[in-house]
Amino acid sequence: MKIHEYQAKDLLRDAGVPVPLSQVAFTADEARAAAQTLIEKTGNDVVVVKSQIHAGGRGKGRFKEHPDLGGVKVVKGADAAKAMAEQMLGSTLVTIQTGPEGKVVNRLLIEQGMDIANELYLAATLDRDTGRITLMGSSEGGMDIEEVAETHPEKILKIQIDPAFGLLGYQGRELAKGLGLTGKTARKMTGFLDKFYKAYVALDCALLEINPLLITGAGDVIALDAKATFDDNAMYRHANIEALRDPDEEDPAELEAKSWDLSYVALDGTIGCMVNGAGLAMATMDIIKYFGAEPANFLDVGGGATEERVTAAFKIITKDPQLKGILVNIFGGIMKCDTIARGVIGAVKEVGLQVPLVVRLEGTNVELGKKLLDESDLKITSAGSLREAAQKIVEMTQ
Amino acid sequence: MSVLVDKNTKLLVQGITGKTGEFHAKLSIEYGTSVVAGVVPGKGGSTACDGRVPVFDSVAEAVEATGANASVVFVPPPFAADAIIESVAAEVPLVIAITEGIPVNDMIVVKRFLEGRASRLIGPNCPGVITPDQCRIGIMPGYIHKPGKIGVVSRSGTLTYEAVHQLTTLGLGQTTAIGIGGDPVNGTNFVDCLTLFNEDPECHGIVMIGEIGGAAEEAGAAFIKDHVKKPVVGFIAGISAPPGKRMGHAGAIISGGKGTAEAKLEALRDAGVKIADTPSDIGSAMASLIG
Repeated sequence: MKIHEYQAKDLLRDAGVPVPLSQVAFTADEARAAAQTLIEKTGNDVVVVKSQIHAGGRGKGRFKEHPDLGGVKVVKGADAAKAMAEQMLGSTLVTIQTGPEGKVVNRLLIEQGMDIANELYLAATLDRDTGRITLMGSSEGGMDIEEVAETHPEKILKIQIDPAFGLLGYQGRELAKGLGLTGKTARKMTGFLDKFYKAYVALDCALLEINPLLITGAGDVIALDAKATFDDNAMYRHANIEALRDPDEEDPAELEAKSWDLSYVALDGTIGCMVNGAGLAMATMDIIKYFGAEPANFLDVGGGATEERVTAAFKIITKDPQLKGILVNIFGGIMKCDTIARGVIGAVKEVGLQVPLVVRLEGTNVELGKKLLDESDLKITSAGSLREAAQKIVEMTQ
Repeated sequence: MSVLVDKNTKLLVQGITGKTGEFHAKLSIEYGTSVVAGVVPGKGGSTACDGRVPVFDSVAEAVEATGANASVVFVPPPFAADAIIESVAAEVPLVIAITEGIPVNDMIVVKRFLEGRASRLIGPNCPGVITPDQCRIGIMPGYIHKPGKIGVVSRSGTLTYEAVHQLTTLGLGQTTAIGIGGDPVNGTNFVDCLTLFNEDPECHGIVMIGEIGGAAEEAGAAFIKDHVKKPVVGFIAGISAPPGKRMGHAGAIISGGKGTAEAKLEALRDAGVKIADTPSDIGSAMASLIG
């Protein structure tokens, strides 16, 4: 799960990690008021207006409506902040991560202007090879870190954390030194790292990234940006984070699927898939591609799906305007084939069937499932193997 | 021969009074598995599975009373890590965690706890382990399996059933089928299972099913290249998956250009593994290698 920068900064601030003074704004007037408050507090009339969308590359991104305007702008004075907000709010920002369609900006972060002496990079994430959380730091702040990893891997410093002990003092000092920090700033950095790692664990993050991590002229260490994604499996113990979900940033079909406890990902192709099991669902997408078509979605109905859930899944698939055909592939283990058959029949009767449907059933109660489909008088094509099913649906849609 | 589990396995079920736990404990009993105990804190002294299985408050008591040498975890996600750790602390040699949805940070602690201890963990978020006609631990449909000569190891559940079904239909059967699970932090990995299959003289071929995300398949490929002389068939799910999207399994995500299906297939090919072009060709690919 993803959240906005301003929400991540709120969580970090609560965890004792230094972040700039800032305030979220949903309207131009709120932006002006927020800027005014910041200017009064800091005595500095420089403020930054930052578009809040769930995608990186905002500074270098451009608005469709204002081709010269980037998604993050430094302005002077509250009136200028309001004028900038008027341009950004409701406009569509296109960045390297949004795709060409871009994302509409509905929220802005109004932040105090900072005195930048140096920009570093810091992140925490899971190292899957070791099964441990790893801190990654680099002197190349503000850059695309994947590019740095590619061209200058030696500029990324890594620290593995033993969960039994947490981040140890010497590890923090080593990282600070490796980043070229000395004296008071190095000490502030070790304090920052300690709070940062504790926040990662306490919030059940999947990634916590600060890029850039700011060193001010006075030697303070401050998170100038913040990106946080969370472990979906742990959200049951973080109702406060779950509440930060922004429905504007989520695919409506994916939200609907989530409410039915279905695992669904919308894709760009034309053949809808309904499968039980994540691995088999991916393999089903792959075999559609193998025969020359593209999958419209990933959908795992899970092992314990009921007739109602299967019907709901089928309805979600058929809502896709690009849909040309549907492939249902079930290897019944726990999931019984007759349950799937009843769910599919129920859905077709309810919403109709505008595109070809191929169903492949195997496993528990397969004969009963096939019999139900045959007797339903619906235009459903049966297939024996996954290969045959994929071939049939691709042929029928071309 | 088989690996990990056989007719001498004595199973205890953690969470045996839950809906899923009891359902599958019964199926395992019907399959012929020796289910000797259940563990549910607070329900010690009662029985489960229609009076056939005694329930204990703790794993240590269950092991003491019954000599259980394997444990299967059906405990819900918030308590699953604790249940695994309890079995490891009680020195149960084999712990198989079926539970899906355990927080990653909980599994990081479990993995640390396992260091230097005698237990082997399989999973979590896996279908379990089965040695056909001897012992079924987990949630797989037993009847699709058949004793035979192929070892199967997989990160995915239903995709394993697909491969097993093909091997059975073609008359090759399985020595043991192991689901290692779809989570980013797990216990036993591909290399561990490949080692077991490689050392089993009655295992004549290995099917290895991976998916996008992480580098466990690449590590497996490197092991095969250096150590495995037996025929190996590989399949990697997710060649059509876009980067940055989690494909159901918590571990199945391409991030930062790492964990792609292409890189994994390349590593497997380089190790001499025969790649099944589609999931329907896993069995026939193995048949073509061992005849």
